[in-house]
Amino acid sequence: MNKKIRKVTTHISQNEVLLFERSSAGKKAYELPPLDVPEVDPAKLLGAQARQDLGHMPEVSEVEIIRHFTRLSTWNYAVDHGMYPLGSCTMKYNPRVNEAVARLTGLAEAHPYQPERISQGALRILKMLSEQLIEITGMDAITLQPAAGAHGELTGILLVRAYLESLGNPRKKVLIPDSAHGTNPATAAMAGYAVENLKSNAAGMVDIASLVAQVNEDVAALMLTNPNTLGVFEQEIHKIAEVLHAKGALLYMDGANMNALVGKTRPGDFGVDVMHLNLHKTFSTPHGGGGPGSGPVACKKILEPFLPSPVVVTKPDGTLGFDYNRPQSLGRVRMFYGNFGMHIRALAYIMANGPDGLRQTTEDAVLNANYIRKGLEGAYDLPYKTPTMHEVVFSDHIQSQKGIKTGDIAKRLIDYGFHPYTVSFPLVVHGAIMIEPTESESKESCDMFIEAMKDIAEEVEEHPEFVLEAPHNTRISRLDETMAARKPILRWKPQSEAVGK
Amino acid sequence: MRYLPKSESDREVMLRQIGAKSIDDLFAAIPPEYRLKGDLKIPRAYAESEIVEFFRDCATGSAQGYATFLGAGAYSHYRPVVIDSLVSRGEFFTAYTPYQPEIAQGTLQSIFEFQTMICELTGMDVANASMYDGSTGAAEALMMAARLTGRHKSVVASSVHPEYREVITTYARYQGMPISTVAYSKNGRVDLSALEKGIDNETAGVLVQSPNFFGAIEDVAAIADLVHKKGALLIVSIAEAVSLGIVKPPVEADIVSMEAQSFGVPLGFGGPYCGVMATHDKFVRQMPGRLVGQTLDRNGKRGFVLTLSTREQHIRREKATSNICTNQALVALMCSIFMTVYGREGLKDLAKQNLAKAHYAAGEFKKAGATLLFEGAPRFNEFVIQTKTDSYAINDKLLGQRIIGGFPLKKFYPDLGNASLWCCTETTAKASIDAAAKQVAL
Amino acid sequence: MAYPADYRYTKEHEWLKVEGNTGTVGITDHAQESLGDIVFVELPKVGTELTAGKTLGTVESVKAVSDIFAPASGTVTEVNEALNTSPEQVNKDAHGAWMVKVKLKDPSEANRLLSAADYEKYVAAEGGH
Repeated sequence: MNKKIRKVTTHISQNEVLLFERSSAGKKAYELPPLDVPEVDPAKLLGAQARQDLGHMPEVSEVEIIRHFTRLSTWNYAVDHGMYPLGSCTMKYNPRVNEAVARLTGLAEAHPYQPERISQGALRILKMLSEQLIEITGMDAITLQPAAGAHGELTGILLVRAYLESLGNPRKKVLIPDSAHGTNPATAAMAGYAVENLKSNAAGMVDIASLVAQVNEDVAALMLTNPNTLGVFEQEIHKIAEVLHAKGALLYMDGANMNALVGKTRPGDFGVDVMHLNLHKTFSTPHGGGGPGSGPVACKKILEPFLPSPVVVTKPDGTLGFDYNRPQSLGRVRMFYGNFGMHIRALAYIMANGPDGLRQTTEDAVLNANYIRKGLEGAYDLPYKTPTMHEVVFSDHIQSQKGIKTGDIAKRLIDYGFHPYTVSFPLVVHGAIMIEPTESESKESCDMFIEAMKDIAEEVEEHPEFVLEAPHNTRISRLDETMAARKPILRWKPQSEAVGK
Repeated sequence: MRYLPKSESDREVMLRQIGAKSIDDLFAAIPPEYRLKGDLKIPRAYAESEIVEFFRDCATGSAQGYATFLGAGAYSHYRPVVIDSLVSRGEFFTAYTPYQPEIAQGTLQSIFEFQTMICELTGMDVANASMYDGSTGAAEALMMAARLTGRHKSVVASSVHPEYREVITTYARYQGMPISTVAYSKNGRVDLSALEKGIDNETAGVLVQSPNFFGAIEDVAAIADLVHKKGALLIVSIAEAVSLGIVKPPVEADIVSMEAQSFGVPLGFGGPYCGVMATHDKFVRQMPGRLVGQTLDRNGKRGFVLTLSTREQHIRREKATSNICTNQALVALMCSIFMTVYGREGLKDLAKQNLAKAHYAAGEFKKAGATLLFEGAPRFNEFVIQTKTDSYAINDKLLGQRIIGGFPLKKFYPDLGNASLWCCTETTAKASIDAAAKQVAL
Repeated sequence: MAYPADYRYTKEHEWLKVEGNTGTVGITDHAQESLGDIVFVELPKVGTELTAGKTLGTVESVKAVSDIFAPASGTVTEVNEALNTSPEQVNKDAHGAWMVKVKLKDPSEANRLLSAADYEKYVAAEGGH
């Protein structure tokens, strides 16, 4: 079977059991220094609160830890391996210097409550990043506190709410296009707003006529991703902003796709009132298998008084410090000051690029997406012909005639040494194939990806069953997700306890 | 432009292939009046060496070379070097959320191990694979309690970290969730009779922290009794995870909301950290955050997948348990490695050293003339002293000796005057304790 | 699969069987088929008041959640607890795997619902595009 796979990659595939199965009493991987103060008796100090034992916590040696996690790591696909064209996720290269500087002792070991006097360097980083993000977005003010994109959305919508409340009426609804990320409606609900769906037009954009019909004094804001999840720039963005502003509503921009705009245009200039940025998308901080991220929120002057507390300010003596005296602030959205480690990395990235590097980065991202679009036209159905920017959405319409769905094509792509694209999103496209190559791919890797996708399209015609069974050369084949959800096993238990459950 | 793998001729060939005359064609959708005419006003591109120099300069003079007595929600523990050595593997840190399990078993299995270890330590049945941090996790736990009970009010102890309480206030405001605060008693623990009065039949959740912000370990069993009698749920927040090595886990709680920063996560000026939520099996469908479950592949081989995802925003949208999407996965991996390095015996030994150092320091401070506040409650590695002199003034003096003193409490608890919160971990040297004791006497 | 003639059906794909003033509610075979493998069924507590056309619970597959709408108004008198542990029953036998029994407010409400033949036609038309 394997000989039919072209461009196969193989990888180390040793078996590795769970830590708990490798554990045995008496093995250890630590050594504490001798205690320089008198020993204490926990039973005496803690009484009834003293803990007796630590159950099934593992007992393993250091070499086993290194082997365990190293082996596990080899079972992952990563940006460091190759193209990771997950649409909407922006899986770009994560520069190593970012990692190096984030680990400098004076930054990595800085306590959030240490005196401001010895925190000037950290404060300087926060201030510089703030200023540069304000310039990049064309906004007036920013908070770096939110821990991720969705957290930024919540902060942004709470800003809108606090502002409208200060005018006397927080209003009731938030409008969200049907192509939006799931986080948008979930966010609006968390901020206490009802969600009203806004249908896209045939070009995949906001339909101005229906927007006009839906915007009234009950609408607090429109949450708009621009470019939207089809990769399409909302050409009438300024009109959208005008329609909202005329009724006293605000325009929130989900900045998930800001990597299509940096250095080319600025949301602040085209009418956006408030937006979040995903430092882990546009500004190259690593995705880390799901996080951490960072979701700064930039806004216009009118919203500034409501930003989360504290904010970084220059004090009369010229030093930097935190200002907690913010009477109109919406409050805090996270303890301390946000994911500082990500702030360092994002600043290092901006510094490495400079203005021309950032612009070239955006241009290359858009170039790659359009190159792939051109390369796959015909082989795959393109439901929206509107020009796309940093990502392109095809559908499985042609392949589904043979019973092959987007998820199957994605699995087959794994055999070709690529991470799959985003499957089945955005929801407005049935059987979506959402591809975002990012600027980190060379022409050669784009060519290889196009070739792989075309090969798979051919396979669908000739041997659809072969695609259905993919992937063929991974450690494990497709997993039974139904079984996992019906009878969830969410933790390891020793054999003796697991039996009979 | 060292991060861009293209030559000018590559770009030209690609543009030709697309049928575009110039790159501007691809940006035609942006109305001309909104296209940037010139450069962004940010500094020129820096060489890698210049970047390193800049950040070294920022790092100089900060934290490095200081002994610290700061805790208060962020703890200074030794980080075994294997942590950074392993999380620096590109296979871990440059991977995405494991949506394609066939090529993400590394992340998935390590999360499954994380969930298991958190369950072992907290005594809960199930743990999620991370919230942003302890503060947002606590807020989400209260919202979860409201969904589970169908009630809407919350009660929060005033001995919960003040910044956690600020975050909770922000989250709760628009959830129609009134929050009342319950005072602490003389020994720093929650005032049980005030708590009993504070809970009514509309109370969904009660949040306490243990060890609490003053370092006192709460009597979770007694609190749980009160809370359960009124049909509400008890949420226990743990900010100092190392305490679990020696302090009885809060098994009587309904939800445990933890900040796992102590498990090998750098202080990093406040983040990224790692929130975790753990609960009983019967509550799992109302728990936010990602979960990894065990299953079988087509050949009957064990494997792991993200599961119960219908709780999440990408499926349930505005009806989701939370809007959380990106979490703290890589930080959770740091925690996993830390927990594995110390393991069953080491976490106990480590916690015991923390206990001994804090006990010694409290004793020395008292001998020197400071007043110990909240005596009578068991405590782990933090304690509160009251001094005659202003705590900031004491800290100024200590800073000259390269010692960062305790956290002045007047910022959050003006009533407590010159009280300050001191933390000792396994990294606190006896010499630093003795030096600090001389100053607190003043 | 045949749609029982003594059941009535909604356009949202629930079925209702009326016996006296007791109604039994489930989802149709067509519904279970389009959902795929059902992994969880969330049902109301006994005593819950249902309003015709409003959500009474949800059915979940691995990657989708669907609301179950009450075909008629009334009070829940019994819940099929077996579905908690074996949601796959709905896939195996949708018209047998009932979800709730309801004391109907007005049994004649059922007359407004589709007959088996009309429902079958409705499903065929819906699947045709």
